[in-house]
Amino acid sequence: MSSADLKANRPLSPHLQIYHWAPTMFVSIAHRATGIALYVGTILLAWWLLAAATGPAHFRLVSGLAGSWIGLVVLFGYTWALMFHALGGIRYFIWDTGRGMGKPARDQIAIASIVGSVVLTVLLWVIGLLVW
Amino acid sequence: MASPMVTPLRRVLGLGSAHEGTMHFWRQRLTGLSNLILITGFIILIVALLGRPYRDVVEILGHPFVAVWLLLMVVSIAVHMRIGVQVVIEDYVHDHGLKHLCLILNTFFAIAVGAVSVFAILKIAFGAV
Repeated sequence: MSSADLKANRPLSPHLQIYHWAPTMFVSIAHRATGIALYVGTILLAWWLLAAATGPAHFRLVSGLAGSWIGLVVLFGYTWALMFHALGGIRYFIWDTGRGMGKPARDQIAIASIVGSVVLTVLLWVIGLLVW
Repeated sequence: MASPMVTPLRRVLGLGSAHEGTMHFWRQRLTGLSNLILITGFIILIVALLGRPYRDVVEILGHPFVAVWLLLMVVSIAVHMRIGVQVVIEDYVHDHGLKHLCLILNTFFAIAVGAVSVFAILKIAFGAV
């Protein structure tokens, strides 16, 4: 057997599709995805602050964009990403202490952070839209 | 079990081959905690600012307490997101050159966002608008 054959016939370690999908797998990758979304979105934060520092015309432009249909959709999504990532951080703080790592507990914490992020996002937007 | 090549001091310090020990992990958690506190305050601030005219917004953002809070938040976020995305790059980008390019751009991005935000906050706080 040549070395090329050996390489081709080598057993591979099981990949993602082999495993039964679990809540912990979802929150793990979603924590990364929301982290990256929040990372990109800091441009909006910097832009908003810069607009406020530039003058009323620029600030009105940014406020108008934020309050437009597409702006509200982006901000709603951004709020959810922030809530999910924040609750994910709290989840990691809990796991850091060694608690909640058992079979039912870890899935319960994962599902709680998903549900909690949706509840917090809707709650914030209800408050926000009432104030606005 | 200690290797004769490892001095007792090195073992006690526990900083490993990168001489950083668990600093990356620690910083991620530390800034995660400070983000949690600072961004909670920021969300309350945003709700309080909703629908207000420009002069009100600038006056509130320029209040010393608010301005310092925002400065801390922006720096905390910049550090947290830089080291967070650094791990993502290290995990997924395997080409040596491309990986280092991504790591450099990641640092530039975090510093740029931080610098623009800090500049804006200071300009407002010092009454230059």
